[in-house]
Amino acid sequence: MSVVTAVTCPVCGCLCDDIELTIHDNKVVKVKNGCAMCEAKFMGYSSEHRLLKPMIRKNGELVKVSITEAVKKAANILAEANYPVLYGWSNTSCEAISVGIELAEEVGGVIDNTSVVCHGPSLLSIQEVGIPSCTLGQVRHRADLIIYWGSNPWSSHPRHIERYTAFSHGRFKKSAWKNYVTKIKALVGRKKVQSAIKRLFVKEKIPSAVALSNFRHTPYLQTGKNSRKLIVVDVRRTKSAEIADYFVQIEPNKDYELLQALRALVRDQELEVDNVAGVPVEYLEEIVDAMVSCDFGALFFGLGLTMSGGKMRNIDAALSLVRDLNMRTKFVIMPMRGHFNVAGANTVFTWQTGYPYAVDFSLGYPRYNPGETSVVDILLRKESDAALIVASDPISNFPRKAAEHLTENPLIAIDPHMNVTAQVADVVIPSAFAGIEAAGTAYRMDHVPIPLKKVVEPPKGVLPDETILQRILAEVKKLKQANVREEA
Amino acid sequence: MELLIKNGFVYDPINGVNGEKIDIAVKNGKIVEKVNECKAKKINASGMVVMPGGVDIHSHIAGGKVNSGRLLRPEDHYRDFEKKTRITRSGVGRSVPSTFTTGYRYARMGYTMVMDPAMPPLEAKHTHEELSDTPLIDKASYPLLGDWWFVLEYLKDGKIEECARHVAWMITATKGYAIKLVNPGGLEAWGFGNNVSSLDDQIPHFGVTPREIIRGLCKVNQLLGLPHTIHVHTNNLGVPGNYATALETMRCVEDLAAGGKPVIHITHCQFSAFKGDDWRTFESGAEEIANYVNACSHVTLDMGQVIFTDTTTMTADGPFQYSLHTLSGNKWVNHDVETETSTGIVPFHYKRKNYVHATQWSIGLELALLIRDPWKILMTTDHPNGGPFIAYPKIVAWLMSRKAREATLKRINPKARSRSLLQSIDRELDFSEIAIMTRAGQAKALGLNCKGHLGVGADADIAIYNFNPETTDPSRKYKAVRRVFKKAAYTIKNGQIVAKDGEVLRHVNGATFWLNVQTREPAVLTAEMQRRFKEYWTVEYENYPVSENYLAVSHPITVKADV
Ligand code: SF4
Ligand SMILES: [Zn+2]
Repeated sequence: MSVVTAVTCPVCGCLCDDIELTIHDNKVVKVKNGCAMCEAKFMGYSSEHRLLKPMIRKNGELVKVSITEAVKKAANILAEANYPVLYGWSNTSCEAISVGIELAEEVGGVIDNTSVVCHGPSLLSIQEVGIPSCTLGQVRHRADLIIYWGSNPWSSHPRHIERYTAFSHGRFKKSAWKNYVTKIKALVGRKKVQSAIKRLFVKEKIPSAVALSNFRHTPYLQTGKNSRKLIVVDVRRTKSAEIADYFVQIEPNKDYELLQALRALVRDQELEVDNVAGVPVEYLEEIVDAMVSCDFGALFFGLGLTMSGGKMRNIDAALSLVRDLNMRTKFVIMPMRGHFNVAGANTVFTWQTGYPYAVDFSLGYPRYNPGETSVVDILLRKESDAALIVASDPISNFPRKAAEHLTENPLIAIDPHMNVTAQVADVVIPSAFAGIEAAGTAYRMDHVPIPLKKVVEPPKGVLPDETILQRILAEVKKLKQANVREEA
Repeated sequence: MELLIKNGFVYDPINGVNGEKIDIAVKNGKIVEKVNECKAKKINASGMVVMPGGVDIHSHIAGGKVNSGRLLRPEDHYRDFEKKTRITRSGVGRSVPSTFTTGYRYARMGYTMVMDPAMPPLEAKHTHEELSDTPLIDKASYPLLGDWWFVLEYLKDGKIEECARHVAWMITATKGYAIKLVNPGGLEAWGFGNNVSSLDDQIPHFGVTPREIIRGLCKVNQLLGLPHTIHVHTNNLGVPGNYATALETMRCVEDLAAGGKPVIHITHCQFSAFKGDDWRTFESGAEEIANYVNACSHVTLDMGQVIFTDTTTMTADGPFQYSLHTLSGNKWVNHDVETETSTGIVPFHYKRKNYVHATQWSIGLELALLIRDPWKILMTTDHPNGGPFIAYPKIVAWLMSRKAREATLKRINPKARSRSLLQSIDRELDFSEIAIMTRAGQAKALGLNCKGHLGVGADADIAIYNFNPETTDPSRKYKAVRRVFKKAAYTIKNGQIVAKDGEVLRHVNGATFWLNVQTREPAVLTAEMQRRFKEYWTVEYENYPVSENYLAVSHPITVKADV
């Protein structure tokens, strides 16, 4: 039995790097500090649907082959294609992504990552407006006002609040958890409160002074200079909304109107209506007061804002609101990135090609025109003639027409799991789990690079994405050289 | 492999060679006394200028900030791209080129070493990943330490040795090369949207002043015996009247100098040489700065020359970048880094017809020409802040030719022209002075003994330019100067020809230089430090340092310090 500390959790964009794992017999047997999602991943990653052998479709059936044969077949497909797409990349290491980009360049294809179906509009807006932001520790140390907009961190990024925002403990701003615990207590059962407290104090002993029965009488309940306020804006009353100081329940697809109203109020303009997006203007005024009078505000937005009606317009407005707020106080904004290394995919794409996603190499240099060079659009126009999917499952989450076009052409899947994409693929190559069975680097949602550890050995013969891609790349180069020689 | 460069006009100021025709012999990546004439590959450099490879002391080429700049500016890339070839990777260019393109473009100009001057320690891995993807040139990076909480706290308590030990730990952990200060104290204040405006302002919550930080880190630098001095971006950068702040910054460490050696480097000095009370009364403070620098020996500077073009400004100076955003109305990125520093990015277009921009253009050249000793003033644009590095050949031409300056002066804002000191400056630099400002002086200021010269034992990093100083007058033929410096006839890196006449012949990695600073008592991981670490940062201590495998080619330099 051995204990590994400071392990990075390869699940969500929080990229918590304080996980402690107990390993026994090349298996994770205990997870400390992680949330439920983290625990599920480390304990259960290898259970069902694990891919163990490379396969190639022969006469309609996937049959097991050697890794060499699978790599050769994959290289053949890519080298022969005119316009292949290489997609996925948000659940693997930067090192693998880097090889993927070279491969895309080599075969003159399009490389795209999952941003295209999540925070793509956010990236486009940032390119229009810019973005005032920071690392998460800055929020922890300084923010006294936290806003989650169209995001429910309580379930999508379970430790975001306790590690980085309202419940965290910073140099200048103290944790607001005591306030919340009383609030939760009023709302939910005793058991939930206890588990919440336990999570918050996971590294320390629970001080006896906070024993629940005494809670009401403890001097901890402060709402002073150093306390934090939490605002949640959402169409639904989520778990996160329940612990907020202000919950703004907004009518669906009205985010843009609400953001513009807030912008007007921040600029001291009067609103001539009583309600905006179903929210009374008086309430909005109160919220704007909180915004302009805080020392440091932070707005986190999720897919609820990015994917609701208006999309890019919404993000433009949110970025502009925060930019305007900087005339009054300090304010930052950050997208809540989902996959653990989607930020890393954007980062590596950008330093090597200049663009964060949807990069087309068909003319021999990087081109970027989302809507045209983005993978879903290419598939819908039926332009691609082969695909390589790495650590992603587009067949089950792309629009049906796009998924259909994927299956109509040679399809290669590199994945640890037998997911739907792998099931319909022509070449399937099993890979090691990045951050569990393979080391590397990932970027947190705030662009802080954090190393991924290899804590257990992958199943025999299973290689990391990086190695598989390198082998395919080498094979493609060989094929191309052979072609050149033939022509000569 | 052996190489013999024959019959060139060699400019090697460090070894006192000034245009003499001598042969340069290369073996195993180093300059040697001689090689076997029959076996060696020969380069006929007759009628050409031979210099050490170019060195750039300050150019933002890698890391989170640069990458945010790339992300922010797709419009910057659309028109300028490089296709993949059999040898090279593809990429995009203009003001924030992608990494591969950055390496190629520097190499084409005869540059072989570039320093990225602003690495947020928390994001050091990112900087190194990008540097490793920047081919053909050697490189290094300076961690931003002027607003790091550890530094502020130790200096407040007057614990200079403790401070030095932690700085040593930090430089080693981030694989950095020098101590960088940006608007010291101002960045911590920016954490709550504030700034400092003088060397004696108290930094909120920390009770130290910019003056104490500058002096403190200057002493730390000396205690540790680092090869470069502290590298300072002054307070009040970009604010009219700031030449006084620059003077005070240089003065405030005067007494720490010993033996005529520099103890401070003021970077992109043009941006800190503004006179006047506001933008209307704005004018050049270059003369005042030059007078001071001419009379002392403890300072080196680099220009931060402005080029009339569209570019992307990016510094760790968050408050300055915000003011540039409000001034220009252009899009703005801000990225504050917990416990350490900040970042701001704003696209910017320097226009010839704008009085302020044209005056800035003039200030950079005035500094370079009024400061008599070229070892003290190095050529940079603070890429991409004053303009992209691909504009260097233009600056060389301006420095070598009065005619070139006049040609530009004619086309700038009339008020700026009439006030420009350039009208009254006749000085024209020669190739030896250019070699100092673009390589020898840069390497010397950086304390890089194996760079910037062609003496036996030096790294065989060599640039050859197709210009015959015997038959051609650079002052009159300034356009030819521009042309030859744009595309070196040969760029030789570690004894290999990597580029020829603007064509990249090889894609090889350069090395990343870093300091392994060993103190007598290391800053050990005490329980106290571990506690503070947990409190100050959101990543674990184990995950913070940059391990050597992040460097494609690692070139450690051991520094033994007596603290
Ligand atoms: S919050 Fe996200 S990164 Fe952190 S432990 Fe949970 S799943 Fe992992
Ligand atoms: Zn700079």
